[in-house]
Amino acid sequence: MYRVTGARDPLAESEPPGKPPVWQDPRLRALVFQVLALAGVVGLGVFIVNNTIANLSKQGIASGFGFLGRTAGFGISMSLIEYAEEHTYLRAFLVGLLNTMLVSGIGIVLATLLGFVLGIMRLSRNWLIATLAAAYVEVVRNLPLLLQLFLWYFGILRQLPGPRQSVTVLDAFFLNNRGLFSPQPILEPGFGAIPLALVVALVAVVVLARWARRRRDRTGEPFPTVSVSLALLVGLPLLAATATGFPLRWEYPVLQGFNFVGGMELIPELVALVVALSTYTAAFIGEIVRAGILGVSHGQTEAAQALGLTRGQMLRLVIIPQALRIIIPPLTSQYLNLTKNSSLAAAIAYPDLVLVFAGTVLMQTGQAVEIIAVTMAVYLTFSLLISLFMNVYNRRIALVER
Amino acid sequence: MRQLIRTLGILTALCVTVVAAADAGTLDDVKKKGFVRCGVSQGLPGFSNPDAKGDWTGIDVDVCRAVAAAIFGEPGKVKYLPLSAKERFTALQSGEVDVLSRNTTWTLVRDTALGLNFTGVTYYDGQGFMVPKKLNVRSAKQLNGASVCVNIGTTTELNLADYFRANRMTYKPVVYEKADEVVGAYDAGRCDVYTTDRSGLAAQRLKMKNPDDHVVLPEIISKEPLGPVVRHGDDQWFDLVKWVLYAMLEAEEYGVNSENVDQMKAGSKDPVVKRLLGLEGDMGKNLGVGNEWAYNIVKKVGNYAEIYERNVGPRTPLKLERGANALWKNGGLQYPMPVR
Ligand SMILES: N[C@@H](CCC(=O)N[C@@H](CS)C(=O)NCC(=O)O)C(=O)O
Repeated sequence: MYRVTGARDPLAESEPPGKPPVWQDPRLRALVFQVLALAGVVGLGVFIVNNTIANLSKQGIASGFGFLGRTAGFGISMSLIEYAEEHTYLRAFLVGLLNTMLVSGIGIVLATLLGFVLGIMRLSRNWLIATLAAAYVEVVRNLPLLLQLFLWYFGILRQLPGPRQSVTVLDAFFLNNRGLFSPQPILEPGFGAIPLALVVALVAVVVLARWARRRRDRTGEPFPTVSVSLALLVGLPLLAATATGFPLRWEYPVLQGFNFVGGMELIPELVALVVALSTYTAAFIGEIVRAGILGVSHGQTEAAQALGLTRGQMLRLVIIPQALRIIIPPLTSQYLNLTKNSSLAAAIAYPDLVLVFAGTVLMQTGQAVEIIAVTMAVYLTFSLLISLFMNVYNRRIALVER
Repeated sequence: MRQLIRTLGILTALCVTVVAAADAGTLDDVKKKGFVRCGVSQGLPGFSNPDAKGDWTGIDVDVCRAVAAAIFGEPGKVKYLPLSAKERFTALQSGEVDVLSRNTTWTLVRDTALGLNFTGVTYYDGQGFMVPKKLNVRSAKQLNGASVCVNIGTTTELNLADYFRANRMTYKPVVYEKADEVVGAYDAGRCDVYTTDRSGLAAQRLKMKNPDDHVVLPEIISKEPLGPVVRHGDDQWFDLVKWVLYAMLEAEEYGVNSENVDQMKAGSKDPVVKRLLGLEGDMGKNLGVGNEWAYNIVKKVGNYAEIYERNVGPRTPLKLERGANALWKNGGLQYPMPVR
C-alpha cells in the first residue's frame, strides 16, 4: 500500500519541470484508489447491515437494543453484583461480563506466576527440576485446552463427595461437588481504619522507593526496599486493626437443607476454569520466560559477576529487566489468548458472558445479530485494552533499558 | 496499486454474491431437493433418538416422516439435523432446516419475535421436577435452597425461575447446553434436582445409571405444548406441516390406521374418510401435494394413536399415558380441524 501523506517519492523531485498529466501523478492515483477502496469497504458494510435488517424484518424477527431494558426472568448461579430474576437483561449482561473478567483476571495472575516459576525452573542447573519443568511444559502445552478443562471439571471436581460427605478442614472449610465453602469476613463499624492504614502504607512505600533509588543513583548504596516495604504494608494495617480491636467477624458456612449456606462459595465451574486456563497458559509463558532469559547476552552475566553481584541480585537487577523486554510482547498475546479462551466456560456451565448473554439471553430474546455483535465487541475491547496496557508497559521498560 | 485493484475486485465480487436469504417456496425447494430437512434433538428417547442402527425414531421424527410421506409418498426422504436447545431456532431461521420437530414449546415470544410459526401440538406436556429418592423430598415446595440442573435456552430455565420466585424460594441454577450434560451432572450429584418437560424426565431417566433411584415430584409447574415449527413468511409450507399433523389425528378419530387403510380406501362409505384418503375433493391439491397425501401418511407412518403408542405410550420404556394427548372425544385435548 502507498502512504498518502508525508511520503515523498524521490524520483518525482528529480523529474524535469513541465507537469506530467494528472493521471500519471502516482500520489494522486494512490489517493484515488485508497478513497475508492474505503468507499468499497464502507459500501459493503452498509449493504450487509441493510440486507440483514431487511431480511430480519421480512421474516418478522425482532431487532434493535430495546430488549436490554426488559426483565430477564432467569436465574444465574454466580454473580459479583446483586442480581435477581427481576433485573433486566442489561444487568444479566453485566453479571456475565464481570464473571468473564473475574476468570480472566485470576487466570492471568496465576498463569504469570506459574509461568515465571516454570521458566526459571527450566533453566535450573538442577537436572531434576529442569526436567520436571520441561515435562510439564511439553505435556500441558500439547493437549487441547478443552480436554484439560473437561479433565479438571468432570474428571476431578465431579468426583468429590456430596454436601453431606464434604471434605472438612477445621470445621470452617468444606469441599464437595457443589464447590468450596469457606468463612466470610463480615465487616463491623470501625473497619475503615484498616484500609486507610493500607493506603498510608502504600503511599509511604512509593515515596520510600523513590528516595532509595535516588540515593542509590547518587551514592551507589543499596537500601533494603523490599523488606522495609513489606514491613510497612503488613505492619501499619495490623497496627490499625489492633487499635480498633479487630472489627471483623467471620461468618461460617453451615449445612442447611440441601447445601451449605453462609460464608463464601467457590463453585466448581469457576475452579475448573481458572485451573485449566492458568495451568495451560503457564506452559506457554514458561517457554516465553525461558527464551527471554536466554536472550540476554552472556556478557551481561559476566559483567554482573565481575561487579560481585550475588546470583539473586544478578537475576533481579540485570537479567530479568533485560529479559522483560523480550518477554512482554509474546506475553501480551498469551494474556489475550487466555481471555478469549475463557469463553470455553460455556462448556462447563460457568456463567460467563458467552453462557449468560450469548446463551440464555440470546435464546430468550432471539436477537442473535445484536447479541453476537455486542459479545464480539466486548472481547475485542478486552483484547485492545490488554494490548494497550502491555504496550504502554513495554514502552516504559524499553526506554529505561536503553 | 495492482493490489488495490485486486482488493476492489474482490470487494465487488463479494457485494454481488451476498444475496438475500431464500424465502417462501419452501415446498418447491423441498421437492427440488428431494428430501425434507428436519431439525431434531440430539437424542431424546421416544421423541427423537437414533436407534441401534442409527435410524432416527420418535414421535417428533414421525412428524417429519409424515411430511415426507405427504410430499414424496416416502417417509424415508428426510435428512435429520440434531440440534441443541440453544441452536434450534437459529438453524430454522437461517434455513438450515425446513421444519423443526424437536420437543419445542409453543410460546408467544417464539411465535412472534423469533419469526416462527408453530404448526400445532404434537404433545401436550408440562414441566416437572425429578429428585433422587434418597433425599426424601415429597413436594416441589420443599426444594428451597436446592441446586437445579437445567438446559440453557429452554422454557424450562424460565419456568424454574418463575416457580421459585412465586413460591418465595431460592435455588441455584446449573445451566448446561447439551441435554446429556444436564442429565450427567444431575446423575453425578452436581445438582439436587433435574427439571424439564415431564415427558423429557421420563425419557432422560432411561439414560441414568439407576433409573429407579429417582422420583418425579407431583407438581406440574407449566404448560408445555410441544409442536413442529416453521419460519414466518411461507404460508404454503406452514399449511402443509399443520395439516400433516391434523391428518394423523383425523385418521385416528375416524378409525383409519396403517393396517386397515387399504381396506378403508377400497370400501369405506364415510365421506370424511373418502376425502381424507383422496377419493373425493382436492385436499392434496390445495396443500400443494398429491391427493394421496394423507393415505401415504397413514399407510407409511401411521395415525396419531399408532405413533403415540409406538414411541412414548404405556408399552414403551417411557410409559406415558395418553392423558391430555387423548382425542377430544375421549376427554383429551387433541382436536383435529375438519379435513374438508
Ligand atoms: N420444551 C422446552 C424444553 C426443550 C428441551 O430442549 N428439553 C431438553 C431436555 S428434555 C431436550 O430436549 N434435550 C434433548 C437434546 O437437547 O438433545 C422448550 O421448548 O424450551
